Amino acid sequence: MNLTNLPLISIVTFLPLAGAIIILFLRREEENNIKQTAMATAVLTFIVSLLFVVRIGPVGGFDLARAGFQYGEKVAWIPAFGINYEVGIDGISLLLLLLTTLLTPLAILSSWNSIKERQKEYMIFMLILETGMLGVFVSLDLFLFYVFWEITLVPMYFLIGIWGGPRRVYAAVKFFLYTMAGSLLMLLAILYLGINGHTFSLTELLANHSWLAGAPQMALFVGFAVAFAIKVPLWPFHSWLPDAHVEAPTAGSVILAGVLLKMGTYGFLRFNLPLFPDAARQAAPVIAVLAIIGIIYGAIVSFAQTDVKKLVAYSSVSHLGFVMLGIFSFTPQGIQGAVLQMINHGLSTGALFLMVGFIYERRHTREMDQFGGLWKILPIYGTLFLIVSLSSMGLPGLNGFVGEFTILLGTWAANPVWAAFAATGVILAAIYILTMFQKMFMGETRNEENKHLLDLSQRELWVIVPIIVLIFVIGLYPNPFFQAMTTSVDGVLRQFGPLVAGG
Amino acid sequence: MNLQVTSTDYLSILPPTILAVFAMLVLVIDLFVKPERRPGLAWLALIGFVVAGVAAFALINQRGTGFHGMIALDPYAQVLGLVAIVAGGFTVLTSFNYVRDRNIGRSEYYALLLFSVSGMVLMASANNLIIVFIALELLSIPLYVLAGFARPDPQSEEAALKYFLLGAFASGFLLFGIALTYGALGSIDLTVIAAKIGQVGSSPMLLIGAGLILVGLGFKVAAVPFHMWTPDVYEGAPTPITGFMSVGAKAAGFAAMLRVFGYSLHAIQADWVIIVAILSAATMIVGNIIAISQTNLKRMLAYSSIAHAGYILMGVASANQTGMAGALFYLLAYTFTNIGAFAVLTAMARPEGENQTFPAYRGLYKRSPGLALMMMIFMLSLTGIPLTGGFIGKYYLFLSAIEARLYWLAIIGVLTSVVSAFFYLRVIVDMFMREAEPGQEVKAVNYAPLNWTINLTALATFVLGVIPTSALALVQLAAKLLMGT
Repeated sequence: MNLTNLPLISIVTFLPLAGAIIILFLRREEENNIKQTAMATAVLTFIVSLLFVVRIGPVGGFDLARAGFQYGEKVAWIPAFGINYEVGIDGISLLLLLLTTLLTPLAILSSWNSIKERQKEYMIFMLILETGMLGVFVSLDLFLFYVFWEITLVPMYFLIGIWGGPRRVYAAVKFFLYTMAGSLLMLLAILYLGINGHTFSLTELLANHSWLAGAPQMALFVGFAVAFAIKVPLWPFHSWLPDAHVEAPTAGSVILAGVLLKMGTYGFLRFNLPLFPDAARQAAPVIAVLAIIGIIYGAIVSFAQTDVKKLVAYSSVSHLGFVMLGIFSFTPQGIQGAVLQMINHGLSTGALFLMVGFIYERRHTREMDQFGGLWKILPIYGTLFLIVSLSSMGLPGLNGFVGEFTILLGTWAANPVWAAFAATGVILAAIYILTMFQKMFMGETRNEENKHLLDLSQRELWVIVPIIVLIFVIGLYPNPFFQAMTTSVDGVLRQFGPLVAGG
Repeated sequence: MNLQVTSTDYLSILPPTILAVFAMLVLVIDLFVKPERRPGLAWLALIGFVVAGVAAFALINQRGTGFHGMIALDPYAQVLGLVAIVAGGFTVLTSFNYVRDRNIGRSEYYALLLFSVSGMVLMASANNLIIVFIALELLSIPLYVLAGFARPDPQSEEAALKYFLLGAFASGFLLFGIALTYGALGSIDLTVIAAKIGQVGSSPMLLIGAGLILVGLGFKVAAVPFHMWTPDVYEGAPTPITGFMSVGAKAAGFAAMLRVFGYSLHAIQADWVIIVAILSAATMIVGNIIAISQTNLKRMLAYSSIAHAGYILMGVASANQTGMAGALFYLLAYTFTNIGAFAVLTAMARPEGENQTFPAYRGLYKRSPGLALMMMIFMLSLTGIPLTGGFIGKYYLFLSAIEARLYWLAIIGVLTSVVSAFFYLRVIVDMFMREAEPGQEVKAVNYAPLNWTINLTALATFVLGVIPTSALALVQLAAKLLMGT
């Protein structure tokens, strides 16, 4: 067997599914076996996915200089419709793929003790969800992309609906309906492209997209954009997000914020910009304004929250606004910053949700006024919480700063006014995050119930420390991450037309 | 006139004949077996469906016409015939314990079922408007009786009477439409009509005739505004029969509609496309929106079946090969899905009293996980989530609408799909995410034939969604040979 032709992408994508199938055959009483199988699968997936970065013998590695997609695979799936199973990755999808394979085992580990009911189903849904998310990031066939896109809906719907909080059913249904409404319009746009472009393959569409100049680009752009904007979520499509986040179990929130939201921004970058450059240019001011509204609105609403989890949820609206702004600046820095910020947000906000989950497991409340003075009792927890908060806030030396700064740099080159407004978001973030930290950790320990809390367990440290390490790595030495995506971002912009001044 | 009967003639009516022969066998043998052994005749009926299915499958590559062009022998006829036969066969399995528990299991039940399916299969191969009419009566009259089979349940009797009265009206419309069409063109042979229409074009009389045919068939497929009978009839009829009606009668109605409009009247499509498109839009909107407010699953599925007629009408309105193939595929996928869903409803129907309200399904996953999982697959397929047959079907129909540049119709289609997700999800919510109220736990019955149906239809729903290639090849061949120019 020729190892160089190993279908590495398919292996990584479908490993979790294989694990889910194994769990299917375990008895529901074998709780430990179920959890261990799930964890082992997720860890194995992560290790295999590292092959894309580290070359071992003839297998693996990633050619940073090469434009276009690597590790391509193409097999006919439904020939009657001209639909292929076509996958491949470039630098942008590589980073998001690694983010997914990293966050999933951490999310599974974090639910080790908090999920007590129907563990079997829970783990199966987690692993199916991972396959779905990975599929979204590697698909190069529009139909295949749509299939994976929709498939992620079902396990997430169950994760929220079964293991969520008191209003979980409402939140789950709202999440499902919002996303489906958007994605069906995208399906119509995909169909139009398929019929008139005679292929569903993204690479083929891009190679021969002169016909698109005469197509109703704006309608197609909107078809895709609505689906992605709901997922991001771009203001005013965000109203499903606080509900879903607050009701979801911790691991669900981590995956939702960490990966699912990125499917939206990734979609803009992968499809909207290259396929419909003219429409994207026309729509850019509108989207930028919505993104800025989201940045400021998300920050202000965050500030008004009394529930920490809600606060973190709304802060996502704000952070994702930055990402959208970076993408629609159409400058290399803006887009590179946006891609890095997708990773950063996945790490920081994922970590914040984990942190909130840890305290919730101990106190069964997330109301900030129930806490106060926690740092004295939980020194390790407090310190790690501070690092994560500061990373989310964008403190120099941590990951968030690099992303936001690069985005603002790119946006400034495109439109200084946008950058000025967006920068207020950075200040507002400092306000709501520091206030939160102060309410929870500083001052006297007033509440008796908080006085006997236990600090983080070893398992919890295993969950959070990998993220903390990455927060520092990206903050201090972001170069490898930028290198991974530079060629791909340039590729997106080349499809898009001449580089904008300042690039 | 040459009155010799050739082998093509025999072949063309082979599957419906087999069904009719088995129906009569069931009736005759019933006289000679002891009463306690009569339920076993269900297996004879099942054998009838299997034999007819094998025959239809074997004929799938045949081409020709029988009885001087009255009966078509083409893949189109066999594909839709198979849909009806599959629906009939599974209905035998779902009915077996249902009718026995309720003591309504007379052998006539299965004989009527066989007759009805023979009418549906004949409808699929009808190449003459008179055969369309005869087939419609042959499939409908047994259905009127079957709808009232749960006698003395007043709901069932109401269902039968309502179905009969409105069905008779529909037949009248159809017959009048046939007469006017004959007046306009001088022929009721669908091939001749197709040829003549190219020369003479449309005329007011022809359009009125075609319109009345559309009304008559619209009743059968439950298209808005001819759907009024559906909810009451579906709710009142015995649950397995409801499942059968919702797919079999629909498949037969569309079989005729697609052949008449998609083939014979294809040349004057400019005159009727907009009307069918409006019907389609109205059917999708009304069916889906009223389904939201239902509190009874059987009624909800009745309205949902109206809505699904709307999606299939989208394929008719597209008036292209993609639309016809899409409609055929959709019917195939819908048959498995809906028969399966109604089989789950049958499993939830306790003999001592049927409670099909949503609360009865609460916490079903805890009581019968397998059943709940299968129901989830059916609900996801009806919603149109990828990896189910329902998704590929919807995809195909949207594809045809966009090809035909009916963008507005496609947009209505996707928006109503979102609406439909709401009530299909409600079933999943109740089964998986809510607990049953104490004392309200409806325990599902557990019978082998029923479980077989549920598992097989779920498997088929899944396979049609993941590897639809051979089914797609079949429907595309059928559409191409019928419409190919």
